[in-house]
Amino acid sequence: MKPFLELTSRVVPLLRDDVDTDQIIPARYLTVTDRSGLAEGLFAAWRSDPASPLADPRGAQILLAGHNFGCGSSREHAPWALLAGGYRCVIARSFADIFRQNALRNGLLPVALDERPHARLVTSLEEDPRLTVRVDLFATTVSWRDHLARFPIDGFARECLLGGVDALGYLLARDAEIAAFETRRGAA
Amino acid sequence: MQNKTLFDKVWDAHVVHEAPGRPTILYIDLHLVHEVTSPQAFAGLEARKIGVRRPERTLATMDHSTPTRPGGLAIVGDAGRKQLEMLARRCAEHGIEIYDLDSPNNGIVHVVAPEQGRTHPGMTVVCGDSHTSTHGAFGALAFGIGTTEVEHVLATQCLLQYRPASFEVRFDGAARPGVTAKDLVLALIAEIGVGGGTGHVLEYTGEAIRALSMEGRMTLCNMSIEAGARAGMVAPDDVTFEYLAGRPGAPRDFDAAVARWRELATDEGATFARAITLDASAITPRITWGTTPAMNVALDEPIPAPDSDAARRALEYMRLTPGKPLLGQPVDVVFIGSCTNSRLDDLRLAASVFDGRAVKGGVRALVVPGSRAVKRAAEAEGLDQVFTRAGAEWREPGCSMCLAMNGDEVPPGHLAVSTSNRNFEGRQGPGSRTLLASPLTAAASAVTGVVTDARTLAGLS
Ligand code: SF4
Repeated sequence: MKPFLELTSRVVPLLRDDVDTDQIIPARYLTVTDRSGLAEGLFAAWRSDPASPLADPRGAQILLAGHNFGCGSSREHAPWALLAGGYRCVIARSFADIFRQNALRNGLLPVALDERPHARLVTSLEEDPRLTVRVDLFATTVSWRDHLARFPIDGFARECLLGGVDALGYLLARDAEIAAFETRRGAA
Repeated sequence: MQNKTLFDKVWDAHVVHEAPGRPTILYIDLHLVHEVTSPQAFAGLEARKIGVRRPERTLATMDHSTPTRPGGLAIVGDAGRKQLEMLARRCAEHGIEIYDLDSPNNGIVHVVAPEQGRTHPGMTVVCGDSHTSTHGAFGALAFGIGTTEVEHVLATQCLLQYRPASFEVRFDGAARPGVTAKDLVLALIAEIGVGGGTGHVLEYTGEAIRALSMEGRMTLCNMSIEAGARAGMVAPDDVTFEYLAGRPGAPRDFDAAVARWRELATDEGATFARAITLDASAITPRITWGTTPAMNVALDEPIPAPDSDAARRALEYMRLTPGKPLLGQPVDVVFIGSCTNSRLDDLRLAASVFDGRAVKGGVRALVVPGSRAVKRAAEAEGLDQVFTRAGAEWREPGCSMCLAMNGDEVPPGHLAVSTSNRNFEGRQGPGSRTLLASPLTAAASAVTGVVTDARTLAGLS
């Protein structure tokens, strides 16, 4: 996993609630056995509309959505497709549980903003679609123009992202505890 | 001792390790695997040169991209076949049991594990599939995970998790005749919204839940994820134990297991982080009108005037008009199947409607059993004859038109009444328009050609 420290980028607006993972990557793109071809499937239906900002993100690495982003299917192909499409961060009001976990495990940063900073960011972006936003994972802040907002993230996920380490290493290192648990349970 | 909820008891019994500022290491009893979300996880293991820690706690099936016409692997397209063959090869290499296309136990992952008796009360169950919540019907803590986490479980039999909060969903009163578990759960999702359960594990309680069969409880828990919940659970009781007794995967010392399972029920005085009560007796058959499962109404209730951009967009996509009920709306396709509603109970309900009636001309009706075992049982009762006599297609088991990966698709623009769980844009094929409803409503709509309340058909009440 690539470490995530900070990011400064333009923003693609997708101002909808409940964007489900079937929209992010439709099922017909899920027959892969690796991570290839997913960029092509990213927002396949919506991107076919040339008027959609999703059609041509022009190198933007931040997606801005509403509530409950990533609901529905648990497919990890959703964050993989977003990463393949060049995104490194999704800013939203809230995230679905499985998507948030999948994103964190892949170095795609889910930033949940409170109502007021989120609304301010939406307004700023409407005023200036070329606006650049800075996301700082070390400081856990999002900033643009003279605005600064904090976002929550659990300490463990943050450490993993900053260090670019995946969590399996942590689990594998706890083998003794796992074995002890199995013995305890086997004896019970 | 502190009073505990069902969820607390199952969670606490599976904590391997806790450290401040770190997620809990949670032990997983049963890991279910299917072809679509596992290939990259196995590849990860291979790259690290590690094996599967507990193959005997792992069970694989083929379901998502499998054909529902006879012919097996031979008729699957290249990409899908590679995925299926790869799963079979890896299961053989790692000593994992697999219900492949030739197995008499093959079927949808959330149908086959319960029916083989593999899901037990008090277990932790995971799968790279969001509808793993289905297994909570047994009083298991069961939830969907991503592919990276599939790799974690394969490698360590554990997951890193933060403890979710508990949420009691009580259904007081008795459900009326003709009102199914699907209608109850749609009413709940309409009430709390598709994000209403985020961060929570639901426990379903109350008279109407106790009265449900295991099939009904599975339908209910299955859709918990559509309320955004991590999982849904029902405390095990005699209904649960009777269902499990005699199944191949049931514990050998069954009576001792039952005694343990009885202890799992939420203690008197235990508190939930949140709670909601619904009156089951006030719920009537429901149907979705929009593009999330929360956008649903009673069959005779008008589609609400849009109060948000999302609702406006949904109505535009669905090409439906607010102010009118869906009753009487002409439909093109009827799909009876999916891990929500493809068990024997569901097929019996559908057959009760199809019996002596015919699918309306111009409507395509597809009945897809959840597993080979369901198919055999249905055929033993002659249900297949009822369906085919009525003019419905009787298929081989699989996910089929629920997610339209296997070629079973709703054509663009067509309106489908579906017993599956997701009415997302394009879920059943590009441009497909989906109305989610119960097997009764779906079957009634198939025979009349328009959205119909089965309770109004002669001979049914
Ligand atoms: S039937 Fe549908 S929801 Fe259930 S596992 Fe298959 S694709 Fe997923």
